[in-house]
Amino acid sequence: MNNKMWNWFNERYKIDSLREFAQKKSVPLHSATIWYYFGGITLFLFGVQVLTGIFLLLYYRPGVDTAFESVKFIITKVKFGWLIRSVHSWSANLMVASAIIHMFSVFFHRSYRKPRELSWVTGVIMLCLLLTFGFSGYLLPWNELAFFATKVGTDSARAVPFIGDMALRLMRGGADVTGATLARFFGLHISILPIVFAVVLGVHLFFVQLQGMSKPLGHSRDDGKKRSMPFVPDFFLRDLIVWMVVFNIVLMLAVFFPWELGVKADPFSPAPAGIKPEWYFLFVFQSLKFLPAHIGPFEGEMVGIMALGLVGLAIILLPWLDRAASRERRSRWLDAIGVFVLLYFAVFTILGYVLD
Amino acid sequence: MPIEHTPNYSVSRRRFLDLLLGGTGLAALIGLFYPIFRYLTPPEQEEAVVSSVNLGPAKDFPLNSGKIFRFGNKPGIIIRGSDGKFRAYNATCTHLDCIVQYDAKVEGVWCACHNGRYDINGRNISGPPPRPLTPYAVKIQPGAEEILIASQDGAQG
Repeated sequence: MNNKMWNWFNERYKIDSLREFAQKKSVPLHSATIWYYFGGITLFLFGVQVLTGIFLLLYYRPGVDTAFESVKFIITKVKFGWLIRSVHSWSANLMVASAIIHMFSVFFHRSYRKPRELSWVTGVIMLCLLLTFGFSGYLLPWNELAFFATKVGTDSARAVPFIGDMALRLMRGGADVTGATLARFFGLHISILPIVFAVVLGVHLFFVQLQGMSKPLGHSRDDGKKRSMPFVPDFFLRDLIVWMVVFNIVLMLAVFFPWELGVKADPFSPAPAGIKPEWYFLFVFQSLKFLPAHIGPFEGEMVGIMALGLVGLAIILLPWLDRAASRERRSRWLDAIGVFVLLYFAVFTILGYVLD
Repeated sequence: MPIEHTPNYSVSRRRFLDLLLGGTGLAALIGLFYPIFRYLTPPEQEEAVVSSVNLGPAKDFPLNSGKIFRFGNKPGIIIRGSDGKFRAYNATCTHLDCIVQYDAKVEGVWCACHNGRYDINGRNISGPPPRPLTPYAVKIQPGAEEILIASQDGAQG
């Protein structure tokens, strides 16, 4: 911006304070600095999702008779439609992956400890929103795999005591997965989730700007030496380079492994063999497979879903459960639990791919 | 005669107004969200009640095979065992709502979603399904030799 314009704005909106703020923002340097990039990567991929999502909207038509056909039209007739759609799918998957990596890095560095509890909570909320994004977007092409994945996914809500049946009807827009479900998922995917996500993301980023970036546990004590890097321009330029690399990875995946469309859903045909949900739900899927039909007086399903709910609750409340971290101490127990969760996730995901 | 003031109300004026305001606010919120909630809950659809369905000639069904058919808006599965006997069930897996299929190799019913298995009589025998499949009554129309499926309460056993 040239000086005259800057002055014009500055006279009216005091944008000098923004510049000052940007100049003061710094990034701590230490052995784990590399993990800071994953929040930024997730943010970048969200941008990719918004843009490609808007592009897809121009041709996509929700509805049992049009959804599959319109996606087919996008990937076969529209110039570069296959690319836009593949980028949307790949970027979505990488976004979930990078959000999960971001979360585990924050976990192992205990960056959620006082005073950043709410950054953690907003982050967990965004991960839930992301998974809902993935689940709802998966159905939109109305293909066989997605149809059955949605049947299973929504049906498992029934296992929740008291409100299960109501939740099921709310999600499906009726008793079964039909065009009504598609309409609901579409509205959720392109309107409600993006708005809610943008708001929570805004709060999350605001907290990070307000409090600055956390140093991992153990690095927090001042050793007299100031080791940090200005955010603008040093770290931001590095961010840009990483984003460029990530974007290229997305493009290469989209070009060399274009996302398949599959077979159109038929509500009156048996579930195909080898049906699987998206990889980030695979560990749940695989766990449910191993559960027996009944555990004590309860259906196995219900026990599994309730256990998952408890784990989710524990994750949200983590900053308050981990008392050691707020006293700058590292709980070995928690490390062990974290490694266990990571291993469980990895092993069950791999099992989900390997077994039949 | 002077009016006596009694300042010893059990509820102060401020508290009373707070309650009134809060109560009104709460009522307004409920008034706002109740219609939204009801709007989001899908209405019960009138379903055409189907009590029986004709699947055509019995000779069209090979031995040891199964086929999905429409029973109203529900999927059904008809199985002809190697013994030649017909059996029909609601094809919805009792586990998580997937649609089952006939597995000719083991002469049983299989659900691909979570590897649930039922025997040819619809009993859940392995994997996660918690209950047997809901059976339908199968009747072979005399003369025409056509298969008629009826729901169990259609008095066919």
